[in-house]
Amino acid sequence: MNALLVTLRRDLRLAARRPAEVATSLVFFIVVVSLFPLGIGPEVTLLQRIAPGVIWVAALLATLLGLPRLFAADHADGTLEQQLLSPQPQVPLVAGKVLAHWLLCGLPLVLLAPLLGLQFNLDGNVLAVLMLALLLGTPVLSLVGAVGAALTLGVRGGGALVALLMLPLYVPTLVFGAGAAEAAAAGLAAGPQLSLLGALLIVALLFMPWAATAALRIALE
Amino acid sequence: MDMNPSARWLRFASPAAFYPLAGRLQRVFACAAALLALAGLWVGFFVAPTDAQQGEGYRIIFVHVPASWMSMVVYCAMAFWAGVGLVFNTRLSAMMATALAPTGALFALLSLVTGSLWGKPMWGTWWVWDARLTSELILFFLYLGFIALQAAIDDPRRADKAGAVLALVGVVNVPIIYFSVKWWNTLHQGASVSLTRSPSMAATMLAGMLLMALAFWAYAVAMALARVRNIILERERHTEWVRDAVEQRS
Repeated sequence: MNALLVTLRRDLRLAARRPAEVATSLVFFIVVVSLFPLGIGPEVTLLQRIAPGVIWVAALLATLLGLPRLFAADHADGTLEQQLLSPQPQVPLVAGKVLAHWLLCGLPLVLLAPLLGLQFNLDGNVLAVLMLALLLGTPVLSLVGAVGAALTLGVRGGGALVALLMLPLYVPTLVFGAGAAEAAAAGLAAGPQLSLLGALLIVALLFMPWAATAALRIALE
Repeated sequence: MDMNPSARWLRFASPAAFYPLAGRLQRVFACAAALLALAGLWVGFFVAPTDAQQGEGYRIIFVHVPASWMSMVVYCAMAFWAGVGLVFNTRLSAMMATALAPTGALFALLSLVTGSLWGKPMWGTWWVWDARLTSELILFFLYLGFIALQAAIDDPRRADKAGAVLALVGVVNVPIIYFSVKWWNTLHQGASVSLTRSPSMAATMLAGMLLMALAFWAYAVAMALARVRNIILERERHTEWVRDAVEQRS
């Protein structure tokens, strides 16, 4: 637990000293979402319908964009190797890094989503469900993505590769996440989708830190 | 020499011992695949009756359904060997996983292509976002990811292990993806187009499909063995026995 908190604090402090890096993926998120009305046309009913899907797909892409940052800098200067060589248990350490990544790349997406939802004329209750779904879903994206980031560490063409590896695995999160908001927009209960997202989160929390640690060990062998 | 049965089998975990065995098995399975495919095609084209609703066009089912089945079976086999390789640290298991991936990807692609060829006359469109077609597409992407990851890593040992982790994460995800896509499909599909057929499928149709499935299965085994032989030669090229084997062949 201590290793988790120390790693979390360290990663957050490092990110705070280079705020532009974090801001890039957030601005990317906003720009991608704002491009859709320009591509499709400003018809309100159509935009209302596609908004949850658009916001979710943009959230997937923004998370992907932040993934290489998860381990790459520490790998480049040798910190990661030292961290894994230390007598501390490794899984909490990796979990701390993933948590820091989510706080920097996932949570801001959740907070920005209602602003973007207003651009698309979404109702209040749909916005609330969308935020809740993102709150449950973006940690899954960070957890699963950590495995991909660890597997492609220091590999040729890592950025495009991590997208190819991870996007198929993001499908369930996308389906349930966008489905929750769409159900709310259609006046149906969003409970089932949110429960399934919660189940995905629990499963990801159980397995992914271990898988990411194993993948990191392979990468640093 | 007195060996217990498990030790006799474990001998084949060594690439040098497996190479000749794979050669023999490969020929057996290749012959079986050819014979079964001939029998399956004969049943499919000449014995199975014309479908009441779909006419002759339905006969693509004899390729489409076995290809879809095999694309899933091969992924499971790949994940199995990847897991064995990761747990017991046996090189041959990881080579097996690498050898299976292209065959599985081929089956997934074949299933997609035949699905769309079937869809054109039946549904009037090349592609529908049917739950099964969509999850097959995602399975195809998973295969491509596995192949791309292994291709991007130069050190074969790291490539093996990284691929193994990805295959295991993937195999846990495959059922989740399938059910999520199915759920998504039932929510979105207005006019239901379904591949589900009437329960009264003629016995000959089923027989043809099973024959073709067995043929594809034998083909997958033969191809994986042929490919694993090449991988063994490539990776063990520094050893004495590979030099001997190559000299004997030429």
